[in-house]
Amino acid sequence: MAEQLQALGRKTTAGGAPLTATRESLWKDALRRLVRNRAAVVGGTIIVILILAAVFAPFIAPYTYDGQILKDQNTVPQWILNLFPVMKNYAKINNNYLLGADYVGRDLFSRIVYGARVSLTVAFIGPIISLIIGVIYGSISGFFGGRVDNIMMRIVDVLYGFPTLLFIILLLAFFRGTLARPEPGTFSYSISQLDAQMGGMLFIFIGIGLTAWETMARLTRGQVLSVREKEFIEAARTIGASNLRIMFRHILPNIIGPLVVAETLAIPGYISTEAFLSFIGLGVNPPTPSWGAMISDGAQVIRTYPNQTIFPALALAITMFAFNFLGDGLRDALDPRLRGTQ
Amino acid sequence: MVTTLNNQTNANELIRVENLKKYYPVRGGVLQRVVAWVQALDGISFTIRQGETLGLVGESGCGKSTVGRTMLRLTEPTGGKVFFDGQDVFTLRGEELKKLRRNMQIIFQDPYSSLDPRVPIGESVMEGLRIHKIGTPKERYDIVIQTLKKVGLEEYHARRYPHEFSGGQRQRIGIARALALKPKFIVCDEPVSALDVSIQSQVLNILKDLQEEFGLTYLFIAHNLSVVEHISDRVAVMYLGKIVELTDREELFRNPLHPYTQALMSAIPIPDPKLKRERIILKGDVPSPLNPPSGCRFHPRCPFAMDVCRMEEPPLVEVRPGHQAACWLISSKEKTGESGSTLLKPKA
Repeated sequence: MAEQLQALGRKTTAGGAPLTATRESLWKDALRRLVRNRAAVVGGTIIVILILAAVFAPFIAPYTYDGQILKDQNTVPQWILNLFPVMKNYAKINNNYLLGADYVGRDLFSRIVYGARVSLTVAFIGPIISLIIGVIYGSISGFFGGRVDNIMMRIVDVLYGFPTLLFIILLLAFFRGTLARPEPGTFSYSISQLDAQMGGMLFIFIGIGLTAWETMARLTRGQVLSVREKEFIEAARTIGASNLRIMFRHILPNIIGPLVVAETLAIPGYISTEAFLSFIGLGVNPPTPSWGAMISDGAQVIRTYPNQTIFPALALAITMFAFNFLGDGLRDALDPRLRGTQ
Repeated sequence: MVTTLNNQTNANELIRVENLKKYYPVRGGVLQRVVAWVQALDGISFTIRQGETLGLVGESGCGKSTVGRTMLRLTEPTGGKVFFDGQDVFTLRGEELKKLRRNMQIIFQDPYSSLDPRVPIGESVMEGLRIHKIGTPKERYDIVIQTLKKVGLEEYHARRYPHEFSGGQRQRIGIARALALKPKFIVCDEPVSALDVSIQSQVLNILKDLQEEFGLTYLFIAHNLSVVEHISDRVAVMYLGKIVELTDREELFRNPLHPYTQALMSAIPIPDPKLKRERIILKGDVPSPLNPPSGCRFHPRCPFAMDVCRMEEPPLVEVRPGHQAACWLISSKEKTGESGSTLLKPKA
């Protein structure tokens, strides 16, 4: 048998090293496949660049996001005029702004850079909230099964039946309406203070969090159900493992792949939800820049100054594509059916 | 074979199963009410002596695996009792149950789903030691390596993942995992039926060697009679959730009493093309355990069915010392003084 194994061409290392030394080897395998996937690498690179841009926005952006220079309002640089010759008739040229300035004279490029903060925060907070709630909910439902499962899943079904966007819009309208000017010292006051400090993002997180976990809960439940019936779970039971141990040691590591993939593929949805909410005026508070809000502002002058819409929209599109590519790549890398075929 | 010298059955009896029942509810209708019961096990009783191997054979779906799983509390029983070393297994909870689990282990049929693909096999073997807080980390590691060596694996295998092993190796890892806790009793749930023949004998021999070394007691579930003949001391034959015959291996293979056992025996292939023998071909299929036949459960397929078979269920009676069978044919013959002779001679 030793010969057999050596024939496989694997390096064998003897010795008393801890058994967990190569614990991540399956993940390493997945990573290797991911790195081979060009689209995923491009997506990942874009995301890294975006994260850096968001973190170091004050150093990258030549202007602040809220500094208004009214005399520069709606100015465009020369290269955009060359791109859209129609604008030559009326546009003021000002090459100080890389992508032009908006209707109150704020630098578009700086605002797009700062706007990455909102989109990326949503891109990371959204999955975290929905993973935490959804995985806990779905695991309990799937693990205990029977009546518990039935009741928990019917609740999800009811919530799921309600249109997500409408639900978020109602929630946000409710938050912004009833919590707008409450008495100081109350709970709703501190909540709305916190929201104001976050530039209006808190309510967006709550809105997304309250709706996004449902899909996750269903997916987790299904995955738990499929793994729960495997014999290694019964084996763990016979050696005396507790429910918690079985859950965390044996079930979760086996289902985390599909969950991560699903979450990554859901990120563009969160980003677009935020952009949509900002577009219809329920998102972040001005002057906090959000791509959705910028598109909304630009849309009013889309025929005269298309640059004010195109560039935020482009930023949004590229970000969503990047997350989609990465998600696709992750799915291919983690899909056990592809394991060992390359 | 480890045989304790005191031959008093009660003294060296390790497992006693009494009237074990397991019914699965069938739900239907809008309210998901129980509309019927699948009688997977309907009153199973047997004992296993310390150090022996009890083979359990029967067709697919007759409840063999359910016996093993229920005994280990992997599924909860509907009725009956199981005593392990005098302890009532079904009344234990929490810590007591955990303690008992050290002594009762299982080896599964499918070596591919019985190992966690995300855990290196050394970790899998070590997990029980961790759960039961046995030894220091160093000692645990040594136990793991020793156990792996016992089943023919090497130290460097411990850090590998299940997908890096073949089916036979995986099955041996499963054995090592069961063995690490030094159990007294192991349920072998068709441990070789997923392996190819050359590997089967290898795994069977490992099981036999380990039994000799550690004085293990096995419940060996299989549907392959030659495998059972190879490894068992006594054999129980099951049909539709009931034991129809239970006796020593040699007695069973030489002198099967129940018509079902005889049919099974006649189905064992003999590697000799010239040898012609009478085969008992059973008609029909195994009836559904949802609605088992009245009387003797075997009567619709039995070539010797009588009126009494349709009406009343035959009890499992001791036909001669150490040989139990449940058949009216035998019981009535015993009554009329005839010997429980074979109706057929399957082995020439």
